[in-house]
Amino acid sequence: MSAPGADGVLIIAATLFLALFLAVLPLPEWATAWRPAWVAMVLVYWCMTLPERVGVGTGWLIGLLLDALHGTPLGQSAAALAIAAYVTAKNYRRLRLFPVVQQALWVGLMISVNALLTWWVRGIRGLEADPGYYWLPVLTSMLLWPWVFLVLSEARRRYAAPAP
Amino acid sequence: MKTLFRDGPPLGFRLTALLLASLLLMTLDHRYERLEPVRSVLSVVVYPLRYLVHLPATLADWSSESLVTRRSLTDENHRLRRQNLLLKTRSQRYAALEAENLRLRELLESSVELGDRVLAADVVAMELGSPTREMLLNKGSRHGVYRGQPIIDGHGVVGQVVHVNPISSTALLITDSSHALPVQVVRSGVRAVATGTGAGDALDLAYVAPNADVKPGDLIVTSGMDGRFPAGYPVGAVGEVALDPNEPFARIRAQTSAKLGQIREVLLVWTTEPKDGRGTPRAERVVQR
Repeated sequence: MSAPGADGVLIIAATLFLALFLAVLPLPEWATAWRPAWVAMVLVYWCMTLPERVGVGTGWLIGLLLDALHGTPLGQSAAALAIAAYVTAKNYRRLRLFPVVQQALWVGLMISVNALLTWWVRGIRGLEADPGYYWLPVLTSMLLWPWVFLVLSEARRRYAAPAP
Repeated sequence: MKTLFRDGPPLGFRLTALLLASLLLMTLDHRYERLEPVRSVLSVVVYPLRYLVHLPATLADWSSESLVTRRSLTDENHRLRRQNLLLKTRSQRYAALEAENLRLRELLESSVELGDRVLAADVVAMELGSPTREMLLNKGSRHGVYRGQPIIDGHGVVGQVVHVNPISSTALLITDSSHALPVQVVRSGVRAVATGTGAGDALDLAYVAPNADVKPGDLIVTSGMDGRFPAGYPVGAVGEVALDPNEPFARIRAQTSAKLGQIREVLLVWTTEPKDGRGTPRAERVVQR
């Protein structure tokens, strides 16, 4: 594996920034519940392909920014994304060999962690919400994963380290 | 992340540390509300992103303002002038009524609400997810915005400020499911608490007795009982009323007067504290505008 240059950091930062952008992009009201978990998807991708650069710390920091953007209690998304990054980075060798459908299932599982944690925290704070709000993103993210994977692979091939 | 960590304890250790940190942060944030400075720093960090997200709408606004024909401008000008005339006549009557009201209140020796100072703010972003209903405003503590400040628009009450940082602030809408607002029905004077439903522009009126005098179409206004919202601002109109004598409280739905889904501009209100009931200042009462 050749030593990745500074531009690898650049493309990682750029894609994560884009994911944050998509996470707060205003959507029509009926579509907000279906908004895929862009940040989690991009994070899982980078943890899978470059686990030595993107890991638990990055996931946690991005989650903190996401909390600030969404107005959720600081640390909620941070914890969820740190867990997702940890489990993905632990299993990156196996994940790279998975067919894309199986990877999509994995992504769904990671986003379910987030959904479950959000649900718990909201429950502890005594707030109720429509369950679809938590679980619909899992579905849409899984359906969109193959395309996200393709786009990010292409971006990595072009701007960052060669295929690991 | 320059550190080259392999599988093993470091990763797990790091995760444990960060999870504990998250737990601590959440507790501090929710239980003790000690994290306002941290949140305000983070909000400033992500503000460019919010601005970028809002840019298309800003551009569309700008182009619709600058790329219009002279004809439509003159039409609008005429319309606004007519409206202005109408509002002026109405406010003249209002001024006379207010003076009379003041005089009567003086006779009754009761304190009065003075005029409120307002500041216009642009809505930079809207978060209309199913549980949370918040918006980001482009005015912050630099402009004197404070936490808990009431927000209205031309039609009625919109919400209140929950987070402030120097350049922007976040407001909770009255339709957020965690928001409650003490209100009063204008016609009958029945008091209630308007809680958000988290859906559309609907509010629930809680704690209304099943035999209370509330009818569909009744106007509800803020009662000012919370000491936060000034009294008398329109909140909405009563929609469905389900009066079941077997239930402890009536089930009442209301529609907000402010069109929360489509506001672009809001007004931040500074309520001028009414002086203590007995020592009401008489001479220096000024209605600010």
